Amino acid sequence: MYIIVAGGGKVGYYLTKTLLNEGLEVLLIERDHDKVETYSERFGAVVLEGDAAEASTMAAAGAARADVLVAVTGEDEDNLVICQMAKHKFHVPKTIARVNNPKNEELFKKLDTDVTVSQTNYILGLIEQAIPDRAFIHLLTLRHADLAIIEATVSDASPVANQAISEIDLPVSCVIAAIARRAEVIVPDPSTVLLPNDEIIAITHRSEEDELRQLIVVD
Amino acid sequence: MNVVVMGCGRVGARVASILDHGGHNLSVIDLTSRSFQRLAPEFTGDTVIGTGIDEDVLRSAGIDRADVFIAVTDSDNRNIFAGQVARAMFNVPQVIMRIYDPVREDTYRRLGFATVCPTTTVSALIIDTVVKSTEPASPDASKGR
Repeated sequence: MYIIVAGGGKVGYYLTKTLLNEGLEVLLIERDHDKVETYSERFGAVVLEGDAAEASTMAAAGAARADVLVAVTGEDEDNLVICQMAKHKFHVPKTIARVNNPKNEELFKKLDTDVTVSQTNYILGLIEQAIPDRAFIHLLTLRHADLAIIEATVSDASPVANQAISEIDLPVSCVIAAIARRAEVIVPDPSTVLLPNDEIIAITHRSEEDELRQLIVVD
Repeated sequence: MNVVVMGCGRVGARVASILDHGGHNLSVIDLTSRSFQRLAPEFTGDTVIGTGIDEDVLRSAGIDRADVFIAVTDSDNRNIFAGQVARAMFNVPQVIMRIYDPVREDTYRRLGFATVCPTTTVSALIIDTVVKSTEPASPDASKGR
């Protein structure tokens, strides 16, 4: 497995270090001459000085035989172009882009990077989950299906409280997968009645997440 | 036509001024207001301060009703990025990107973008001029000698 890491900031540095420790073949590409010297002293001959968006740099890196390219510079436009050049010019099978501005995540998904990593969104997600008593938590995004798995607590004032699932006007592409009621986990059927303080695990289309939130969580 | 130009350098300002004079609706984006001084004094279009790789900035420049998006900042990657935002997120029918790096230009042209590469265009013009000035006189002229 040959992995090229583009961008030797903090993320690129620790990523390279971790991958090397795992015994993988890694090459780190960095533009800054001083950083390249420092990293070369620490890692040995696995650091290449150059601009990863330049085809000549990628050719020198042996991109044509790379299995994975990870673009983790601090600039979203550079990460996108590096991934696209790797994919279209060097036919790298898997490209991973770091997205710095969460607003750009949708664009990266529409375009042809295989995986996007948004640290900002990841950290926001962790913060959301760490705050106790949050009534509605986004647990996971299933990227290819554009689905999300969410956890929500039925509030007392919610219109779904004390209703059977069959009577609830749920968003079209939303399925209630499980209900946690005190120590018990219930796999619901249409006749199951939701009670206040029930914790619902639901799968929903991302576009309907807000609608679902408004239905279940009423202050 | 509604035209959004990103980058108000010499080229951006000139393109915007000429199209504006030609009766099109122009909107020009640049990081600094000083750049707008390059526009023709009679320029009647809109100017927006900000980075064109930010969707909100593009929106305030009217990208959602643009017929043409022209990306001419001095950064290849920024032009490529913004051009793809315009096409993928706002369905702008015509997107033109200036890309200095001939290899990158070739890649994105193959991906279906209208690209302009000053490096190859200007080089070709210069070489053409050099070749013409060093060419032996035309056959007709040499016959006369």
